[in-house]
Amino acid sequence: MKALALLRRLGLPMIIGGFIVLFWIVVALTIDLWSPYDPFSIVGRRLRPPSDVHWLGTDGLGRDVLVRTLYGVRHSLPIALVVVLVSSLGGAMLGAIAGYLGGKTDSVIMRLVDITLSFPAILLAMAVTAALGPGLGNAAVAMVVVSWPVYARLMRAQVLTMREREHVEAAVAAGAGRVRVLTRHILPLCWSPVLVNATMDLGQIVLLAASLSFIGLGALPPTPEWGQMIAEGAVNFYQWWVALGPGLAILSVVLGFNFLGDGLRDLLDPRSAQ
Amino acid sequence: MTAPLLEVRGLEVAFPSPAGRLAALRGVDFHVAAGEVLGLVGESGSGKSLTMLSIMGLLAPNVEVSGSVRLDGEELLGRTEAAMRRYRGRRIAMIFQDPMTALNPVIPIGDQIVEAIRIHQPGLSRRSARERAVELLSQVAIPDPRARAGQYPFEFSGGMRQRAMIAMALANDPELLIADEPTTALDVTIQAQVIEVMERLRRDRGIGLILITHDLGLVAGVADRVAIMYAGRVVEQAATAEVFYRPRHPYTRRLLASLPRFDDDVDRLATIDGVPPSPARRPPGCAFAPRCLDAVDRCAQDDPLPRRIGASAVACHRAEELPA
Repeated sequence: MKALALLRRLGLPMIIGGFIVLFWIVVALTIDLWSPYDPFSIVGRRLRPPSDVHWLGTDGLGRDVLVRTLYGVRHSLPIALVVVLVSSLGGAMLGAIAGYLGGKTDSVIMRLVDITLSFPAILLAMAVTAALGPGLGNAAVAMVVVSWPVYARLMRAQVLTMREREHVEAAVAAGAGRVRVLTRHILPLCWSPVLVNATMDLGQIVLLAASLSFIGLGALPPTPEWGQMIAEGAVNFYQWWVALGPGLAILSVVLGFNFLGDGLRDLLDPRSAQ
Repeated sequence: MTAPLLEVRGLEVAFPSPAGRLAALRGVDFHVAAGEVLGLVGESGSGKSLTMLSIMGLLAPNVEVSGSVRLDGEELLGRTEAAMRRYRGRRIAMIFQDPMTALNPVIPIGDQIVEAIRIHQPGLSRRSARERAVELLSQVAIPDPRARAGQYPFEFSGGMRQRAMIAMALANDPELLIADEPTTALDVTIQAQVIEVMERLRRDRGIGLILITHDLGLVAGVADRVAIMYAGRVVEQAATAEVFYRPRHPYTRRLLASLPRFDDDVDRLATIDGVPPSPARRPPGCAFAPRCLDAVDRCAQDDPLPRRIGASAVACHRAEELPA
């Protein structure tokens, strides 16, 4: 009875999203234990269509597409997590400082945000990665560069609203210093939009990472990374199954995180829920 | 007579604006003794809250503040932010108008009081601060204070929140308590509880209390002395009975006349026509002259300063001639 009430409160999108994300996490953690093949070894003839031995067929070198797709999550998920963690914490911190201090600090930080946001994210990420050299690590750095400004803006807006609350003035009147006012009385009320955005961003970063890999700036062969695998699939255009696995994987992850973020927003902000 | 606990003299506050500086407070004088309740009364915009914020040093740095604010003989104006921080909450505490918004919604009440204590007494252990918080809650008549301390503000009723705020204000045994319309947001029955708590504090601890309000009934019941503010100045100041029985300033009279009376059936309540002048458009003479029924030519040119008449201080040219 209680479990049912909880499920109802969470809502359908959050449940679906949760299951998808949970599935991928479990896969990432346990794949070594039950994978029938090694993702790097050639296990059959090349470019075979799906069959009962290779459920999603084999790729251009004769490796199992399904196994490689499942292994791919071990690259996409950790990267997305690290990138979102760094950019949301860093961006939110800068935004909070800008909003709380105001004046010149605010101007400098927010102009930096404006400049970064004036480039299309994918282009800027490409430029940064290209400048640093291809590789997943550099791609991660580039993705942090393009994704922090949104958090800075969100956080600044929140802090500006919360700063005017009477309980903040009351805290100052009680003798609280700036740091205490910010960390105890403003920030704890500001995190929910950042959390929602971060959840949704997880999917977007997976997609962005795959895009960078697709054009050869991210993961390098033979890494079983989704973007990289789709790029290999593009070469073998008429063997549709080569790109199908990683394509579905990206779709499901992005969808999963979006559902999760949507559900989270409904939970955290009752006004936006129907 | 000993030196007053708080003495405010010639307090002026001006805001810079594109149209030049706007004088919001024009020489405010008053004092509060220990164990005394001063009612600070005035319309919205008369400068009551501004006066309090400048005493606490809570105005923005670009606001010009001059004059003198002395707490126990020590000058507070012109002190650094760091120095003011040691006064706020420890020697002068403030209670805000709306208990719904003045408490942090995401921290349990008890923890908020503990925090208020530990800001000024960092040496105190968490445990003893906690004990003190519970004790404070029971002093302001919160039932079952130990359990209540763990609850969040939304689990408290309005009156309990206001009393919790008072408990928080008392955390460091302040000498002076400033209550900014503490009962405006509350039901009448709850108002009585809150007032009763404040009365007891004054009696038992000798706290000086400034009660900012526009509720004349509350002032009549609680305050020892009353200061009536109009357009950034104290226009009349005297003992409560004096103000209510022998009002000398025309504004005070009109204010009292506008009170509905229980024993008098009237069709319409008396009102004061017009609105207080904004700081940008204040007449050269008395700020109340345009609305005053007794104004003479002189009132329009010459700005009256507060003078001592009998036991009152009144800012009106005609205070003596007009029938009391």
